Amino acid sequence: MTNSWTDIRNTDLVIIMGGNAAEAHPCGFKWVTEAKANRGAKLIVVDPRFNRSASVADYYAPIRQGSDIAFLLGLINWCIQHDKVQWAYTKAFTNASFVVKEGFAYQDGLFTGYDEEKRDYNRDSWEYEIGPDGYAVVDETLQHPRCVWNLLKQHVAVYTPEMVERICGTPKEKFLHIAEMIGECSSPTKTMTSMYALGWTQHSKGSQNIRGMAMLQLILGNIGVRGGGMNALRGHSNIQGLTDIGLLSNMLPGYLNLPIEKEADFATYISTRGFKPLRPNQMSYWQNYKKFFVSFMKSMYGDAATAQNDWAYDYLPKLDVPNYDILRMFERMKKGEVNLYFCQGFNPLQAFPNRAKLAEGLSKLKMLVIMDPLQTETARFWENHGVFNNANTASIKTEVIQLPTTCFAEDEGSLVNSGRWLQWHWPGGSPPGEARTDAWIMAQIHLRLKEMYRKEGGAFPDPIVNLNWSYKNPEDPSPEELAKEMNGSALVDVFDPNDPTKKILEAGKQLSGFGLYRDDGTTAGGCWIYAGSWTEAGNMMARRDNSDPDDTGAYLKWSFAWPANRRIIYNRASADLDGKPWDPSRKLIEWDGTKWTGYDVPDIAPNAKPGDVGPFIMNPEGTGRLFVRKMMRDGPFPVHYEPFESPVANVIAPKVRGNPVARVFADDWKQFADIGDPNFPYAGTSYRLTEHFHYWTKNNHVNSVLQPQQFVEISEELAREKGIVKGGWVRVWSKRGEIFAIAVVTKRIKPLTVDGKTVHVVGVPIHWGFVGAARKGFPANVLTPFVGDANIETPEFKAFMVNIEPSTGPVA
Amino acid sequence: MSVHDPNSPVPTPADDVQSGDAVHPGHPVTVDRYTVAARINHWITAVSLVLLALSGLSLFTPRLFFLTGLFGGGQMTRILHPWIGVVLFCSFALLFIRFWRANLPKRVDAEWLAHSGDMLAGREEKMPEVGKYNAGQKFVFWSMSALILVLITSGIVMWDQYFYPYTTIEQKRIAILVHSATAIFAICVWIVHVYAAIWVKGTFSAMTRGRVTGGWAWRHHRKWLRELVGKPATPPTRRGTGTLAE
Amino acid sequence: MFPPIPNPSVDPAAATPRFGEKDIMRRSASTVEPPAQRLTEVAKLIDVTKCIGCKACQAACLEWNQLTEEIGINHGVYDNPMDLTENTFTLMRFTEWENPETENLEWLIRKDGCMHCEDPGCLKACPSPGAIVQYSNGIVDFQHANCIGCGYCIKGCPFNIPRISKVDHTAYKCTLCSDRVAVGQGPACQKACPTQAIVFGTKEEMKGWADFRIKDLKSRGFENAGLYDPQGVGGTHVMYVLHHADKPSIYAGLPDNPRISPIVETWKGITKYMGMALMGVAAAAGVLHYLVAGPNKVTEEDEENAEKLTSGAAVPPPASPAGNEGRPT
Repeated sequence: MTNSWTDIRNTDLVIIMGGNAAEAHPCGFKWVTEAKANRGAKLIVVDPRFNRSASVADYYAPIRQGSDIAFLLGLINWCIQHDKVQWAYTKAFTNASFVVKEGFAYQDGLFTGYDEEKRDYNRDSWEYEIGPDGYAVVDETLQHPRCVWNLLKQHVAVYTPEMVERICGTPKEKFLHIAEMIGECSSPTKTMTSMYALGWTQHSKGSQNIRGMAMLQLILGNIGVRGGGMNALRGHSNIQGLTDIGLLSNMLPGYLNLPIEKEADFATYISTRGFKPLRPNQMSYWQNYKKFFVSFMKSMYGDAATAQNDWAYDYLPKLDVPNYDILRMFERMKKGEVNLYFCQGFNPLQAFPNRAKLAEGLSKLKMLVIMDPLQTETARFWENHGVFNNANTASIKTEVIQLPTTCFAEDEGSLVNSGRWLQWHWPGGSPPGEARTDAWIMAQIHLRLKEMYRKEGGAFPDPIVNLNWSYKNPEDPSPEELAKEMNGSALVDVFDPNDPTKKILEAGKQLSGFGLYRDDGTTAGGCWIYAGSWTEAGNMMARRDNSDPDDTGAYLKWSFAWPANRRIIYNRASADLDGKPWDPSRKLIEWDGTKWTGYDVPDIAPNAKPGDVGPFIMNPEGTGRLFVRKMMRDGPFPVHYEPFESPVANVIAPKVRGNPVARVFADDWKQFADIGDPNFPYAGTSYRLTEHFHYWTKNNHVNSVLQPQQFVEISEELAREKGIVKGGWVRVWSKRGEIFAIAVVTKRIKPLTVDGKTVHVVGVPIHWGFVGAARKGFPANVLTPFVGDANIETPEFKAFMVNIEPSTGPVA
Repeated sequence: MSVHDPNSPVPTPADDVQSGDAVHPGHPVTVDRYTVAARINHWITAVSLVLLALSGLSLFTPRLFFLTGLFGGGQMTRILHPWIGVVLFCSFALLFIRFWRANLPKRVDAEWLAHSGDMLAGREEKMPEVGKYNAGQKFVFWSMSALILVLITSGIVMWDQYFYPYTTIEQKRIAILVHSATAIFAICVWIVHVYAAIWVKGTFSAMTRGRVTGGWAWRHHRKWLRELVGKPATPPTRRGTGTLAE
Repeated sequence: MFPPIPNPSVDPAAATPRFGEKDIMRRSASTVEPPAQRLTEVAKLIDVTKCIGCKACQAACLEWNQLTEEIGINHGVYDNPMDLTENTFTLMRFTEWENPETENLEWLIRKDGCMHCEDPGCLKACPSPGAIVQYSNGIVDFQHANCIGCGYCIKGCPFNIPRISKVDHTAYKCTLCSDRVAVGQGPACQKACPTQAIVFGTKEEMKGWADFRIKDLKSRGFENAGLYDPQGVGGTHVMYVLHHADKPSIYAGLPDNPRISPIVETWKGITKYMGMALMGVAAAAGVLHYLVAGPNKVTEEDEENAEKLTSGAAVPPPASPAGNEGRPT
């Protein structure tokens, strides 16, 4: 989230698209009801299903799953055509005026530089023209034919309301109604907030879905302001924390990058991370990258990380592929290339696509270790449960070890919510049986490994034997110690660089913020963005003061929000070029003539003069990006691409199948249904229900009472066509597998007309499996294709093709 | 069944005299009116009816809720009442089979009814001669039959423990109203029945020892007595008086 | 935001119930002296228009009341279980309604449960003294020790709420968390509701809050938005804000004009009094008759006549011609 949950109450218009906040985030959704009740805010829901969010919406429009980009670019096009642009904001705070290099072009769904064989682009032309001063060339009049604004205008022109209807199946008048509601928010005194979740991310072009809305929000002037923003609703209670501390195969904590193979030495690695400003005076905050990186290395390796050994740079693994994401790991497992899989708090057999392939991969492991508070399907993948899990147990040689862990309510620590708030929590109960905390288990393993490497050596024991493990009880690092370590501390007395006599930090003290991080090895910090969460003043995450001066929804004294306790990031953009709030009634920060003051921690240097320094301080441009340069693999602008399985060919680029740069493994192509395949005529989508949380709560009696049994949702029209009755069994199958479920026949799903063709939607909730209290069922991943987003490999769970027929139910 | 005797002063209609009815000459004359089986049957019915009335009334009005104490409390009353109802229904069904023929209405019933004022005033000499049952008794019989049928039907509708799903709440409401109203009538009929037995002296023995005196029969059911007398002599029925000695 | 009810104090004094036996205003099958001073009436306001159907209220109800509902099956709808049970005191009911005026689909989600009527039909129908009580704050509560499981409350209720347990054969329904309210808390469902679709306070506060909500709804085009506080049962202590208050029945059969069924009124009213009178009259008539007419005794003459008849002697002839006998054919 750019903003926070509590800030949503400040909005005038909520658009829920690519998510179902009322269903999946009922507690956070309270702020939508607050905005509605107290500000008269309106709520728009765009979704293939009339869902729980739609039940309280002011306006609902249907959309075919996987066509969101067409809708969003259609909105941008409409806003441009109807002059619904907050011009002052767009001109000053976005890269609309930046001139793009000659040679950049877009045609038939592809940008310049496409290599069909590699399914990748040479992205060199996706850049700004650099002037003789070393800065990007801009044309503030927006007249230059290659300025971003004109390229954007040209790029979105094809997405007319008629085209939106043709691709999305959204009736034109509904689209126009929504466009008008949204267009009003181009006023500086009206804001819209976007709430989205997996409905946008779980596509082969998920990142670009989000970019589409982010671009719209930029031209409406809704980023950085109260009641605005791009608000990703994190589903899993600590998935925000997971990404923050870099639990992704190509990341380090604080959104630093793991080196790649080409970056064999530190000098090479750091050379591409200078982030020189692209416009004069810009902060380009990533210029501090080295401070964050070195402090991280000091935190990891302590005294073993020295200037001489380049801060132990060699200890870090170097990626030979873009990432070792879960799809790739299961592909490798299936090929027999993985021996041991350590599965911590994760149930991939349910949570990743193409279950048959996942089971095959797990069967080829030598050992599988499960750390989980619950019994999971993954831990039991080898058990035969009839049609629900038809494993050939005798043929599986994988040794499975289950290590029971505590759950969130049984241990202490912090959880990061969608609004980036680190909230400390205390145990509410004692763990049952042999359950131990994850930290204890990891410590045991680490200490044994360390001992083995110390004794036996090995090819390269250094990263393990030198890992900094200076906890009071090495067997069981405490949550406080770990949290303090992430915050960072001074290793020696630190003096002011401008006044070497002035001691600004005492050795061993906690750092109060990332501004104190040093690149000379004098500070250590595990995750720079968490700096300030546990200072000398104590545990900031444990703060529970809900005072809120002037009722702004900021709650600065409640827990700690990264970065720097800032509640709305890019908040400099809430004020105009002179530093005055766009909307005085929604003041966040303002320039008082000498510094920035206000209700939130300013997201800019406190003395950075308005007009000089742009609000998007992390970007070298200082602006938000409508054109994202070469930072995304699949294009500097979003393009409508069909899902890999689709009822129709791509109307705007008939030759392009799916996202042209999404990675597809050879075997998986064969398991995709052809475009318009008559054997799989219906558009399937998967989703969550309020009553359950993923695959956990089916272990809980109460949740299982509230939603006991798997179902699929279809329209009355499709039910009639197929002779399916409400409450009867159906069989649903894709090219990868079949499930049996109860039919919920509903008016809330209607057939869509897409490119002249009737498209029926089949909705598949995900929550059931073969363990737990609820009735046995099939997870949706039996059906879904093994392909992910082109940039971050989030699987395409939201759009796939299936067939359906009435059934007598599963024969166990 | 008696065989028609052409010499008999009165033709004997086959349905007024029932199996087991017999006259025993003597001083006084005794007349067998009810067999052992009929008496047991009657008393089961009677006891059930009384228990039902007590338990039913206890749930009918809070003033009588204390009566649930007789049944072991409210819960037990709620459990027992319908089961006693089933007993009553079955028991009464047997009584019905036993007595229905003798209770068929006849022309004389109308005449009897026309003279019911004389009956109540004790001027029985003005009453027509009647068979085994007079019109009043027949009224009791038939009204009880009808009321019990309604009671068991409505009772099942409101017997939630086993039959809740089969009817709507509105139907149950009607059933409960009908049940209580019907029960009131049944109790009134029962009062008439019991009062008649108390008022008409010599009646109780019919249902206790099975016999009445000839005088009782002459006074109240003269036609029945005449028919019995017209019957061929029945072999001694009082077993144990001679059979063992033979 | 409706001001949230603060968490309970840990001070033991705060645990002293704020109402109890002395505040009982009505007691089933009993006559009670109503308390001289009525407590402030409380109410739960369910804003159907804010409800997202998350069933947190249902879960909270099960948890707080320590109820174990069985894991059922899916019946082709979102409702689960399909009906209130002795364990499910509250239930989300989902209705897909196509508004004929706007042609828009509306997914109406109503939390069903006891309405805590001012004139409770269950209490009126109950035959067991003290099985149902009404406190002067409006809460209607079942006292299981006194319940005999007859199910009359089900017939008395205009909203089809109470259910009889198959285990202990007593009636169950929402208590409005009388145990929580007694110590200054709101009901568990209200506490769990994420969108303040359920709020709790005094009845006056709730009516005021409902007005605020109705104004907002009217501004959004719901011209018939209104409060459901049916006067047929004297008003209720659970009220709804409805977008279509002119058509309550579209919300999964919420009664348009609830009142205690006239059949129940007849049964508990005239039938009871007339019935008792009738039975009394019958018994009294018997006694009177006996006193006036005296016993009907068999005379010596009767016995003699019987003897004569059996011995073949002459006896008075039948009163009516024998030929008239015989059953009608």
